[in-house]
Amino acid sequence: MTDGTTMLTFFVLAVFVGFEVVSKVSSVLHTPLMSGANAIHGVILVGAIIVTGHTHSTPGLLLGLLAVVLATVNMVGGFVVTDRMLEMFGRARPPKKDATPEDRR
Amino acid sequence: MNVLSPTLEALGYLVAAVCFILALKGLSSPATARRGNLIGAAGAVLACVVVFLAEDLDHIGWILLAIALGAAVGVPAARRVAMTQMPQLVALFNGVGGAAAALVAGLELTGTIHIGNGIDIPSLATHSGHARAFFVNNAGTVHVAATSSTYVAAAAGAFTVLVGAISFAGSCVTFAKLQELMTTRPVVFPGGPVLMAGGTAVGLALSVAVVVDARDSVIQAWLLILLALVALAVGVLFVLPVGGADVPIVISLLNAFTGLTVAASGYVLDNVLLLVAGTLVGASGTILTRLMAAAMGRSTVSILFGAFKGGSTAGSTAISDRPVRSSTPEDVAILLAYARKVVIVPGYGLAVAQAQHTIHELAEVLHGKGVSVVYGIHPVAGRMPGHMNVLLAEANVPYDQLKEMDEANSELASTDVALVVGANDVVNPAAKTSPGSPIYGMPILDVGEATSVVFLKRSMRPGFAGIENELLYEPGTTLLFGDAKDSLTRVLASLKTL
Repeated sequence: MTDGTTMLTFFVLAVFVGFEVVSKVSSVLHTPLMSGANAIHGVILVGAIIVTGHTHSTPGLLLGLLAVVLATVNMVGGFVVTDRMLEMFGRARPPKKDATPEDRR
Repeated sequence: MNVLSPTLEALGYLVAAVCFILALKGLSSPATARRGNLIGAAGAVLACVVVFLAEDLDHIGWILLAIALGAAVGVPAARRVAMTQMPQLVALFNGVGGAAAALVAGLELTGTIHIGNGIDIPSLATHSGHARAFFVNNAGTVHVAATSSTYVAAAAGAFTVLVGAISFAGSCVTFAKLQELMTTRPVVFPGGPVLMAGGTAVGLALSVAVVVDARDSVIQAWLLILLALVALAVGVLFVLPVGGADVPIVISLLNAFTGLTVAASGYVLDNVLLLVAGTLVGASGTILTRLMAAAMGRSTVSILFGAFKGGSTAGSTAISDRPVRSSTPEDVAILLAYARKVVIVPGYGLAVAQAQHTIHELAEVLHGKGVSVVYGIHPVAGRMPGHMNVLLAEANVPYDQLKEMDEANSELASTDVALVVGANDVVNPAAKTSPGSPIYGMPILDVGEATSVVFLKRSMRPGFAGIENELLYEPGTTLLFGDAKDSLTRVLASLKTL
């Protein structure tokens, strides 16, 4: 088991990293960033898989599977819709001379 | 399967967490945004593979089926949604994430573990370190002792259920508002604030009860169900008084809430990845909410509690009958063709009419006639910050023609024609001149600075925020009524004949 203070340490450090990485972002990217962050919390799917895989009751199984479905919608749908938004940004951007092939897409 | 050792499992989660940090970092800059999103997706897939390999799971077939079902729902929804409806889809995705987190924490708190001889004992955190110490005596009765970490985990679980359910219900209401299934106006009713305060108090009391009763999983299950129901009601009451124009900020806030619930469920499950990923989203979502509110000249607090004080975007739907100067597509075409400099201000009306391709064509024709054309993009044009950029990018409008607000404002003074297409609140001078106005303080595009202003509007109905725009009655303003795409097509047609 990870003890409480270790978890607290992870929590506090993650708060600072979270603040830091998005502190300078142009308003153009607010929507994709929100959508991307939304997809990341879909990782609750991992938690849903764990509880469903360990349950021994039928109601537990049903609710667990519901959680798996919902979390998958959140995660997969979130990443796909974010990619769709950003795909359009990519197309509208004039190709740079020194751009790598991925950038030019 | 127990293929991965705990060390490899932890390392896998570490890599996934780093992917999420790189994803957020990448999403903060236009050049790396798409790659950032893909890195995030890779991290999420890795995390799911690790959990299957490292944990000893039952029901794997069912779980895989549920994942397939979720993907079958999520992918087409994300692929097919019209870009104009994207904000509400994001709200919905966020809501189901919150609901999933609440379910996970609830199940974990009330689950049972099987210890052989047909004895199932209630467990808190069945397989994690928070398990209750239990003793089986000779008579086969089970005595369960809660440890202090049990109580902390119960508190984290209660938090997850409470906030997750609020996030789910709140997101559903924002979806209904954006989809216009219900009024976009703030819904305020007498006793609302009291009900909200009362609901919150009951929710907190139930949370305390969940923690205190951590020893009995049956009572706890009922308490959690009750808590979830109360939280759903609080979530609805929380979003109802928010005005339509402020809804995007609420989506961002609820997104941060869901992040925190995922973090708390990470504590309950003793899973470091959930804790770190959830916290990252919670923290970055909070910053993003503040940035968005700043772009709209609002404080987050005033948006959330303004309506309770009666100060949020409470406008009217009344159609004004004051005289305005309306015009024909031919006149507008002539005005545009003989201008030297035109600034197009697109709004949500352009997006709903799907007129972004037409406006792009119009701009190209004007370019051909030697007219300089740029787009003035308000940060909150459309329904979400950055939404308009996405919509115009979809129509292949060159990136360098899109001017952000400050840049556009410095050009507007030397502009001949400002063409406002389906926008209203973002050019409303009331934001500068009338302190009593709900949008007072929001930075606007000063289209009044241009020599003449052309509004393409469907009707005289006020905009999303429901506030009348004095600019419509100015002598330099002409209006062209009709659907934005229809009007633009006709302007374009007569422009080509000039």
